[in-house]
Amino acid sequence: MQPDVVVMGAGIIGAACAQALRARGLAVLVVDRHGPASGTSAAGEGNVLVSDKEPGPELGLALASRALWPELADDAEWEEKGGLVVATTPEAVVGLQAFAAAQRTAGVDACEISAADALACEPHLNPGITAAVHYLQDAQLNPVKATRTLLRGIEVRRTEVSSADGRSVTTSDGVISCGAVVNATGPWARHFGVNVLPRRGVVLVTTPIPGRIRHKVYDADYVGAVASGDADLQTSGVVESTQAGTVLIGSSRQRKGFDDTIESKVLKALARRAIAMFAMLADVPVMRAYGGFRPYAPDHLPIIGEDPRTPGLWHATGHEGAGVGLAPATGRLLAQLLTGEDPLVDPRPFRVDRPEVMV
Amino acid sequence: MRVVVVGAGPAGMAAARTAADAGAEVTMVDSEPEAGGQYLRGRARFGHAGVTHLKNTEAWLVEGDALHLRGPGLLRFDALVVATGAYDRPLPFPGWDGPGVITAGAAQALAKQGVTLAERVIVTGTGPFLLPVATALQDLGATLVGVYEASSPTRWLRESRAVLANRHKIGELAGYRKVLPRLETRTAVIAKHGDRVTVAKLDSRWRPVGHRTEHADLVCVGYGFLPRTDLVPHARRTGDFLDVDERQRTSIGNVYAAGEVTGIGGADLAEAEGVVAGAAAAGHEPPAKAVEAVRRGRLFAGALARAHEVQPGWRTWLNPDTTVCRCEKVRLEDLTDATSMRELKLTSRVAMGRCQGRICARNAAELTGVPFDGQRRVIAVPIPLGELADLPEEQS
Repeated sequence: MQPDVVVMGAGIIGAACAQALRARGLAVLVVDRHGPASGTSAAGEGNVLVSDKEPGPELGLALASRALWPELADDAEWEEKGGLVVATTPEAVVGLQAFAAAQRTAGVDACEISAADALACEPHLNPGITAAVHYLQDAQLNPVKATRTLLRGIEVRRTEVSSADGRSVTTSDGVISCGAVVNATGPWARHFGVNVLPRRGVVLVTTPIPGRIRHKVYDADYVGAVASGDADLQTSGVVESTQAGTVLIGSSRQRKGFDDTIESKVLKALARRAIAMFAMLADVPVMRAYGGFRPYAPDHLPIIGEDPRTPGLWHATGHEGAGVGLAPATGRLLAQLLTGEDPLVDPRPFRVDRPEVMV
Repeated sequence: MRVVVVGAGPAGMAAARTAADAGAEVTMVDSEPEAGGQYLRGRARFGHAGVTHLKNTEAWLVEGDALHLRGPGLLRFDALVVATGAYDRPLPFPGWDGPGVITAGAAQALAKQGVTLAERVIVTGTGPFLLPVATALQDLGATLVGVYEASSPTRWLRESRAVLANRHKIGELAGYRKVLPRLETRTAVIAKHGDRVTVAKLDSRWRPVGHRTEHADLVCVGYGFLPRTDLVPHARRTGDFLDVDERQRTSIGNVYAAGEVTGIGGADLAEAEGVVAGAAAAGHEPPAKAVEAVRRGRLFAGALARAHEVQPGWRTWLNPDTTVCRCEKVRLEDLTDATSMRELKLTSRVAMGRCQGRICARNAAELTGVPFDGQRRVIAVPIPLGELADLPEEQS
């Protein structure tokens, strides 16, 4: 049977689109060359964050997603752990507090807390921190389990796509005709006509130290690094534990194509940032490192909508490092636009015909 | 010409000597206090003009033309020889994660240190390596209940060319004559509960066709070897082992490989490969005698791999609650219907623990049918964050 929609890409965004389309009664087929969550989705920490976003359309999408995740992620190690953003220098205090104040006006639950309260939340934190903001809405999940949960009941076919238009997809196993095509190929989306570039990230994983770190804790420089478009290496300290007791340490951002070699300068910078926040980590062994490629749009906004040049071809990509957090609202928005429903957020900021995005 | 050799087993020692004799400035790095590797374990008295031997030193990352060492430290090289050997592959069965079950390699290592392990021992697995392990245990006074070889000896009948080219290997069997009477083929330990061990006769696919109970305190398990290739995660490989050309060069320009990282063929093949790799790494033509020894040895290695290939029937030895991954306590029934190793790991936690899948990942892949990705670990050994923070700066 011919599917109504073919979704290209079985990552978290493709899965969320497929789930939302299917919930609207459409017959959906997902195609992926490697299978569910085999690319960017499995290469991150599974963050669902509002804390790192300034007021604007992406924060709106993040808040809408945050509201949708709990019922979708019940089998995916969903944890409302909260985020703790700390300033480590006197100069960073004003910026962090102003950022949090602006977020509060946009509906974010951002509580300024004293350094003493921060230490009560995270007893191993560097006592020299100068300010802290506690974000109650920040959460974490297992991105692979979440992708599988969203894809439940939906056919995922392992095949490589060579080309696609709005009515068909040409794969290594033949042509699939359909009513519409969704490009959810993340950092590989450029192949289908939108300007998305890979932005490398590396995560270190320690041996298990259960209970020592409780929240997602990051330094205030992280927000600046996320918003930057610089190709050079940028790092900030992002530390959190998983349910298995291991500690994940990020974050790095680097534009160097799809080069996946591990560089010692990245490991060194990540280690320094993490130890600056938690001195006790100096003695904890790293047992592995992994990396991936964020789908990066030059204007830092996701691309969600129909391609005006190719009717029937829809894009859902460019979420950079926030795809897990933005997935449910992205899927719903795309499905609503595709079926003519009223959208849950204003879709215009994410439209495809932005000058930075059309290639 | 700076040549760095990682590993001081038969392959690494031969590579280091040959490269030094060819005029290179050689550093041989090894994690053990003495040279010799698993095979000679501390019994090699290594000393050679032109070779600096860094003992007790772990290498963990190759980055361009630099080798990162624990410490931290950095060694620049013009050519690198990876001679890091292999480790045992156990197969899981009910009770393998309990007391009294160790790998054959671990048993041999302890025996070489003179450690008496148990009263009644069984060696089970596949391949000729089981015989020296059994001999070493018996020499220490253990009662050898049995040496169980899962494969059929008739598989070797198809390998006459390899056997004829390597007749000296038959002579080696004489050294194990004391344990040969206890050797039983098409047989394996498929369960252990306390000292009660279930020993099964197997068909050609290793499915049990009948079983009996034996009593033993210790079961030593070895179903072949997996190469230690973590330092070169991007090098091309066939199956588990690194691809090399006739000069032992890997797919990475100035990186050579010798010994068990390229295939399992015994110490003499490893040493010949080391000679070829050492000469080539130093920019010299490898000696014809060593090249010929490699050719002959590879015939034997290929025959060995075919005759002792792990057969799929082992998967029937497990119960749903049998442990597959010891570090993360993952049972057979916890494995998911994943399509990739990464998906399997993140949904079941198999291979995510301390051993980083060295023991279980290959087995988990076979149990689920997902493609084995060769476990490309980018950090070869665990390193404290404080040491990473102190890494030397890049000079470039």
